[in-house]
Amino acid sequence: MSERAGEPLRQTPLNAIHRGLGAKMVDFGGWDMPVQYSGIMDEHNTVRKAAGIFDVSHMGEIEIRGPEAFALLDYLTPNAVSKLKDGQAQYSALLYEHGGFVDDILVHKVAGQHYFLCVNASNQDKDYAHIREHNTFQAEVEFASEKYALLAVQGPHAPATVQKLTDTDLAPVKYYHFVDGTVSGVPARIARTGYTGELGFELYVAGGDAARVWNAVLEAGAEFGIKPAGLGARNTLRLEAAMALYGHEITASITPFEAGLGRIVKFEKGPFLGRKALLEQHERGVRRVLTGFEMTGRGIGRDGYEIMIGGAPAGWVTSGGPSPTLGKNIGMCYVPAAHAEPGRTIQVMIRNQPVEAVTRPMPFYKRAN
Amino acid sequence: MYPENFHYTKEHEWVRVDGDTATMGITDHAQKELGDIVYVDLPKTGTAVEQGKTIGSVESVKAVSDIYSPVSGEVVEINEALAAAPEKLNEDPHGEAWLVKIRLGSPEEITSLLSAAEYLSYIGE
Repeated sequence: MSERAGEPLRQTPLNAIHRGLGAKMVDFGGWDMPVQYSGIMDEHNTVRKAAGIFDVSHMGEIEIRGPEAFALLDYLTPNAVSKLKDGQAQYSALLYEHGGFVDDILVHKVAGQHYFLCVNASNQDKDYAHIREHNTFQAEVEFASEKYALLAVQGPHAPATVQKLTDTDLAPVKYYHFVDGTVSGVPARIARTGYTGELGFELYVAGGDAARVWNAVLEAGAEFGIKPAGLGARNTLRLEAAMALYGHEITASITPFEAGLGRIVKFEKGPFLGRKALLEQHERGVRRVLTGFEMTGRGIGRDGYEIMIGGAPAGWVTSGGPSPTLGKNIGMCYVPAAHAEPGRTIQVMIRNQPVEAVTRPMPFYKRAN
Repeated sequence: MYPENFHYTKEHEWVRVDGDTATMGITDHAQKELGDIVYVDLPKTGTAVEQGKTIGSVESVKAVSDIYSPVSGEVVEINEALAAAPEKLNEDPHGEAWLVKIRLGSPEEITSLLSAAEYLSYIGE
């Protein structure tokens, strides 16, 4: 945020539409983004029960092509890129040599020599520089964020909504897979991914087509009660689903093992950036680990609040707030590994007062099917 | 929307004076800015409060917002119903969802507060 201080806020192609819908706009990492339309609670519940559409066009896209595309990506990410088939996506990361996160990313394999990365908005410039710095493989690396708008359609009725707008049969598209087709008559990459814990698709379209697709989705989903949803609901939804957010659960000083993301680290695949540090940590064991908690005392443990165990400082809240679905105040926090098991009593410092909470397993919410 | 007989602060609280007691709450503008209110933290009855100082907080899904006392005095009653139903602050901020009643220590402080017209102009409505 600070690196762009003084610069005008960046806008997605849907800025005027959000304002026309009466959205409350906020500065989100240098982007002028809708935080809510009808209200965070209402939008959250609508996504859980019906469907919502999110403009997440601030997210970054980086394309990697050429005969060395695989080699570059396999070196820069801890997950096994070789496991990806054409049309498949993989949750992964860009790591520093010391094992901390540059970013968490989605790797899509478009074809044998073409990979498409979706990265965090506020990290995209840093990610691009990081990839280029390590591109001794001479793969073709393209910063493609300006080419794409990204619309997330999420919720139990999201698949039916998107299906109405495309000739492509979406039923065979499994979770973390994608197809290139059309939506509302314009080219779209239709990915069965999301950040809400619900069924849904993320639609990568050209910036100039974003308004058309946005309006078409709202119209197609009207029969199911679809509503536009903002970044506020996106955050409460992903918190319930216990999905990591860069700058919160994962940072440059946090490793995948600490963040509970050991599943994206595949030592057996061979060399990759950060492997040595992660291997050492894996053998030694992590000292701190991410755990879920639920407030049992009165109060809301929020991002950055200190965790106390037995009267001594023991960690911090990475994300916390009310869970609209559970009607409880929940959060994620780092605590010493010995205290991370579910059912432990901890205290969250809220305005200088220790308030009781209990550790619990994540995710907090899992959809029924 | 903003009663003429209320006084207002630039921190978006309202005050209604009845004799030696002031009832206070947050304004409709404040609740709209906050969005869905999920938690209210109020002082205990008997607490001495000072004009302009923090006496509690209101939390929405996304944010924590301090409540400042619009007057000095002693808290004589708090709105207990808000603990179980904080959403009332979104529904009826100027009525049912009052926050606390304060016995005025310095009644002349009221003159330093904004009128309804001044407050409306301040929030640009």
